[in-house]
Amino acid sequence: MSGDGVEIRLTLNGEQVAARVGEHDRLLDLLRYGLRRTGTKEGCGEGECGACTVLLDGVPVNSCLVPAWQARGRSVETVEAVPEEELAALLESGATQCGACTPGVVMTAWWVRRNRELVDTHSLRELMAGNLCRCTGYDGIIDGLAAWLASTASGEPGGPG
Amino acid sequence: MKRVEGLSKLTGRELYVDDLPVDGFLWGATVRSPAARGRIRGIRFDDSVDWSEFTVVDHRDIPGTNAIFLIEEDQPVLAHGRVRHLHEPVLLLAHPRREELRRAVEAVHVDVDAEPPVLDFRLTPDRERIQYGDDNVLKRLRIEKGEVERALAQAPHVIEGVYETGAQEHVYLETQGMLAWEEDGVITIAGSMQCPYYIVEAFEHALGRTPDRIRIIQAATGGGFGGKEEFPSGIALHAALLALKAGRPVKLIYDRSEDLAVTTKRHPSRVRHRTGVDGDGKLLGQDIEVVLDGGAYVTLSPVVLSRSIIHAAGPYACDHVRIDGRAMFTNSPPFGAFRGFGAPQSLFACERHMDRIAAELGIDPVEIRKINLIRDGDSTATGQVIADGADRVQVLDRALDLADYYERRTAHAGFNAAEPTRRRGIGLATFFHGAGFTGSGELFLDSEVHVAGLPDGRIEVRTANVEMGQGTLTVFTSLVCDRLGVPAEAVTIAPADTSLVPNSGPTVASRTVMVVGGLLEKASDDLRTRTGLPADADGRAIREAIREWHRSHPGEPLIGKAKYEQPEHIHWDDETYRGDAYGAYAWGAYVADVEVDLRTFAVSVRDFVAVQEVGRVLHETLARGQIQGGVVQALGWALLEECKWRDGAMENAQLTNYVIPTAGDVPPIRVEFLESPYPHGARGAKGIGELPFDGVAPAVANAVAGATGTDPASVPLTPETVMDLILRQRPPAGSLT
Repeated sequence: MSGDGVEIRLTLNGEQVAARVGEHDRLLDLLRYGLRRTGTKEGCGEGECGACTVLLDGVPVNSCLVPAWQARGRSVETVEAVPEEELAALLESGATQCGACTPGVVMTAWWVRRNRELVDTHSLRELMAGNLCRCTGYDGIIDGLAAWLASTASGEPGGPG
Repeated sequence: MKRVEGLSKLTGRELYVDDLPVDGFLWGATVRSPAARGRIRGIRFDDSVDWSEFTVVDHRDIPGTNAIFLIEEDQPVLAHGRVRHLHEPVLLLAHPRREELRRAVEAVHVDVDAEPPVLDFRLTPDRERIQYGDDNVLKRLRIEKGEVERALAQAPHVIEGVYETGAQEHVYLETQGMLAWEEDGVITIAGSMQCPYYIVEAFEHALGRTPDRIRIIQAATGGGFGGKEEFPSGIALHAALLALKAGRPVKLIYDRSEDLAVTTKRHPSRVRHRTGVDGDGKLLGQDIEVVLDGGAYVTLSPVVLSRSIIHAAGPYACDHVRIDGRAMFTNSPPFGAFRGFGAPQSLFACERHMDRIAAELGIDPVEIRKINLIRDGDSTATGQVIADGADRVQVLDRALDLADYYERRTAHAGFNAAEPTRRRGIGLATFFHGAGFTGSGELFLDSEVHVAGLPDGRIEVRTANVEMGQGTLTVFTSLVCDRLGVPAEAVTIAPADTSLVPNSGPTVASRTVMVVGGLLEKASDDLRTRTGLPADADGRAIREAIREWHRSHPGEPLIGKAKYEQPEHIHWDDETYRGDAYGAYAWGAYVADVEVDLRTFAVSVRDFVAVQEVGRVLHETLARGQIQGGVVQALGWALLEECKWRDGAMENAQLTNYVIPTAGDVPPIRVEFLESPYPHGARGAKGIGELPFDGVAPAVANAVAGATGTDPASVPLTPETVMDLILRQRPPAGSLT
């Protein structure tokens, strides 16, 4: 993080936080190095792999492609916000192996889980195609997401914010 | 049992090297060679940078030998005098701020008087390009069984083929990274790695230190696949040299572009087959030549070549076999360990060639495999008699069944006749993979494991084998729980920290469960024996006996130990390359169903069936995950992943243009296991981590051959390659024929 820069306020996982950001800082840098939320990972730094996926105002973004200052006044959700009990299906199915893509996978899956209507128009494989995984071959992830969706009653699931 | 560290990963709590909290550290960076080969004329530092703010390290700062210790000591830690490949590390920088560091790297100029490089391993080098020995051959190996020339001379048919495979990047999702600091005179590393003790050895040599002043800790490791076998020794040394000179912790983390451009990759290969067969397709003689691109230093190429040639004749019985192998020096960043370790390359050639033989003789590709597959009592190319009770024909039959092979083949013929722009095909491959180090390798490793009984009755497993996604922690926990009859809560796995764990060997070669897991069973028995209890003691009694032992031996450690002993059935001769190359082989039969779009030439995989015999399956979810992940990684190698070269190094060093499979690119991978327990593996297990890589590319290429009527001889089968294959077989435009 640069020493100078501007001070911004944002909502991080439901909490108001203030942070000083440099003009070249990415949202990923702000989260990992500025705010010490290291759950979000850098996989490629160019928006290809999805490891750094976070929800910005409820929508998944690659945090390596978002200038940190663009988070000003907005809501950011990271993997740290997902309740542990929500993750049972992914754990059971073998959705995580090395774990480096996992926080991004969890955030995309969490978004699908909170916006179920997505599955009416998209396959789970399409929805997860923005998150590269080199370990699982994707079956563990897709099966886990399907089980997660099936395990939760229809209607609005819980979630922060 | 659920994955032990699964929840920690799913919640983002798991700490990888770049997540470790550390105060007052510097970022490290590497200045690299701008040329593939040449003499370093000088190094210039721009005045625009205030260099007093930086820690600068070059070869003169290396206290020991300037070499990364491995099979040979030819690879320098930092180049001195000359460079042998593009991106070779020359100089190191450290600074508290990353942005300053990036500018500084650009402000150092390594001036090189260029010399002619070797950029194609397939060509015989001219004199001015010789840089290793007198022929640039890094390693030459030969396997000989029977009299192949006589067999070929007498064979009714001799069928030839040349096959090539490209480099592949591992693309572990966590890039290479190390954190180094010195503490009470001990240089300490925390980082992403597969083999902590490799780094200890590298440090002993290059830093001139004794092991008691070296501590290597594996941080959570975001994928390895072989890419974090030997490569981390160099980057760990770089971080350590900077930390020692700066007197502060240094974090050296590659970004993805640097990682793609400079790290090891799968060895490119060219394999030539000359095969004598009778009219039924029975193999009479196999003459095989395997050539690998080793890159600019020896590194692990001799052992990759070894595994490559041992697998080159396939899982078939043939009395007359000759396999010549060469690993060639080129001015490329060294190629290295990658899941399968040379076997995928030679098995691609073998299995593509089997289909070519079948096509030339008009035999069914299933039948030619069935008549040649090894039966118990037959021997491999090295003369190893296979008698493991596995039924290789049954493995194939099960795969054909599961894939509806014959029905689909018929359906595809109808589809292809009716469809103007799409072609479907189904292809198969039968293959094998030897688990553990080759030949006497395990004996040399001399692995040791500890299972400690703690004063509170808990049990701690101490090995140097790491979790990198494949499930080591879970399987080790479950093995020790089962052996001692204790619940999972009673067992912890010590961190892979060389100050705490013995050297149980590297986490490679599909050896962790089969070999190290087997040692854990013995060490568990030893722990129980040390408490004075008999073999039938239950877990509750064992835990109470551990607590009791500590009450009567205050302050003393209670450690069950086991060291590797070669099973008596293994006999191997390194000189002649004859004998039992591996303690056990896993066997596979894979079937790929593909569709080729004749307008875009893209190949899509419609279905994939993976049947394998792997001894006992210890954990269904983890084992299936290994197979599915290996298959998809190999689908990338077969269809998508192509390294484009410039001056011997990867030019498309971005995930934007080096494309790996997404969830949308692959079908569900249908996995089935057959189990024929291996008596010397943990609970009957054989190695499985690498096996799935071997059978994928040939099954896919055989399917593409069937779909398009072409004869593919290389992977990746990118749309450009498929276009060439299809257009080449058509009459030229304007032709009257």
